[in-house]
Amino acid sequence: MDGIHDLGGRQGFGAVRRDTDERLFHSRWEERAFACVELLLGKGRFDIDEFRHAIERLEPVEYLTAGYYGRWLAAIELLLREAGEEPGRSEALSARQRRPGSRREVDRAPRFSVGDRVRARHLVRSGHCRLPAYVRGRRGEVVEVHPAYVYPDTSAARLGDHPQYVYSVLFDGRELWGDEAERGTSVSVDLFEPYLEDGGADPATPETARR
Amino acid sequence: MAALSRDDAEDHAAAPEVRVEALERLLVERGLIDPRRIDGIVERYATDVGPLAGARVVARAWVDEAFRDRLLADGTAAVQELGLDGVQMERLVVKANSDEVHHVVCCTLCSCYPWAMLGLPPAWYKSFEYRSRVVREPRRVLRELGLELPDEIEVRVWDSTAELRYLVLPQRPTAAAGLAEEELVGWVTRDAMIGVERDLREPAEGGGAR
Repeated sequence: MDGIHDLGGRQGFGAVRRDTDERLFHSRWEERAFACVELLLGKGRFDIDEFRHAIERLEPVEYLTAGYYGRWLAAIELLLREAGEEPGRSEALSARQRRPGSRREVDRAPRFSVGDRVRARHLVRSGHCRLPAYVRGRRGEVVEVHPAYVYPDTSAARLGDHPQYVYSVLFDGRELWGDEAERGTSVSVDLFEPYLEDGGADPATPETARR
Repeated sequence: MAALSRDDAEDHAAAPEVRVEALERLLVERGLIDPRRIDGIVERYATDVGPLAGARVVARAWVDEAFRDRLLADGTAAVQELGLDGVQMERLVVKANSDEVHHVVCCTLCSCYPWAMLGLPPAWYKSFEYRSRVVREPRRVLRELGLELPDEIEVRVWDSTAELRYLVLPQRPTAAAGLAEEELVGWVTRDAMIGVERDLREPAEGGGAR
C-alpha cells in the first residue's frame, strides 16, 4: 500500500543522529508490548506479515508520532479489534498455529537468474506489499537468487502462503535518483518474483554489479 | 461471540502504560499468551542476544579463510558452526567489505535487522531519517554517522525488504595483524557490522563487542 511506512527516498527528514541513550527499552510498557508481540507471533497467532501490515495501516500521524513500540502496541490493538469484529475469528485465533518460519519449498524453478536485467513492476496495491515505491518501474540486475518464501501480499490478508522466490536486485543510484544520485552508489532490494518482469536490454547496467 | 477488544484497550488517548496493561490482561484471559513468559522474553533480548554473536562470526572469518568462504556462500549454515542460530534469521546473508566496495544495511519499509547476530537495533537504525535517506544519499548519511568515504569506494546499500537478514563483514584492520581470534572479537563493533563504520580500531581496555 502507498502508506507512510514506505519511507525509502522520501525527502525532508533531517540528519541521522547517533543515540546518546542506547537502552533497548525506555520504559516498562515498551518491554511488555515487545514481549506480548513476540509471544503472539512466536505462537503463530498472527503472521509477521499481518503484523507489519497492521503497522502500515495506522493513521499516518499516529505512525509518525507513536514511537517504535507505540506502533507495535497500536498495531496489535488494531488486529485484536478486527479479530473481535469478525465472526468466529476469536476462536480461530486461539487455535491458530502457523507453520514456523517463512521459507517454503516449491516445485518449480526460479524464473530469473543471476545477471538477468529485470524491471520492478509498477504494482499499485492497497494491501500489504513489500515492493518499495522507490523501485517501482525501475530496472536493475539480479545479483542473488534466494529460496522461496511465504508471499507477504497473500499472507498478510490471510489468503495463504503462496511461496515465491526472492531475488536481490541491484539498482544503480542514477536509475533511482537520476542526476541527483550520489556518485558510485547502488541499492539492492529483496524482491519477490511476482514483483519483477523482464527488464530488456539497458545500457545503464550498474558498474558495481560487475565487480 | 464476545469481542476480543475492550474499550480501554482501544482508547488511544489513554497512556501506553494503561493500554499495555489492558492488552496483557486481555491476551492472558483469552489464553493467547502465557504471562510467565513475558519476563523471560525481555530478559533474553536485554542480556543474551547482542552484537557479541556477530563479532564472533567476524573474528572467525578474519582468521579462517575457509570459514570466510562458507560464510559468504551461506551465512545461516556457517554461523551454526559457531553454535549461533535462532530468531529473525531464516537466511543470513553476509557482505564482505573490500578496498573497492563498502556495504551498508537498512530496512526502508520497517526496521528489519539481524537480531540473532546483533541484538535489537539501535534507535537511529529505526529512525525515519535513516530509513528514508540512506538509500538515496548513503554517503551523506554515513558522513553524519562519522564515516567519510572517498569517492573511489563504491557504496552498496542492502534494503532488507524480505526475510533475508544482512550482516557486513568489515575488513580486518592491519593493526590487528597476528592477533588471536579471541582478541579480535573485541575489535568488532556493531556499527561496523551494520556498515556505518569501516576502519576498526583497537578496543579500549575491557571492551567487548561495542
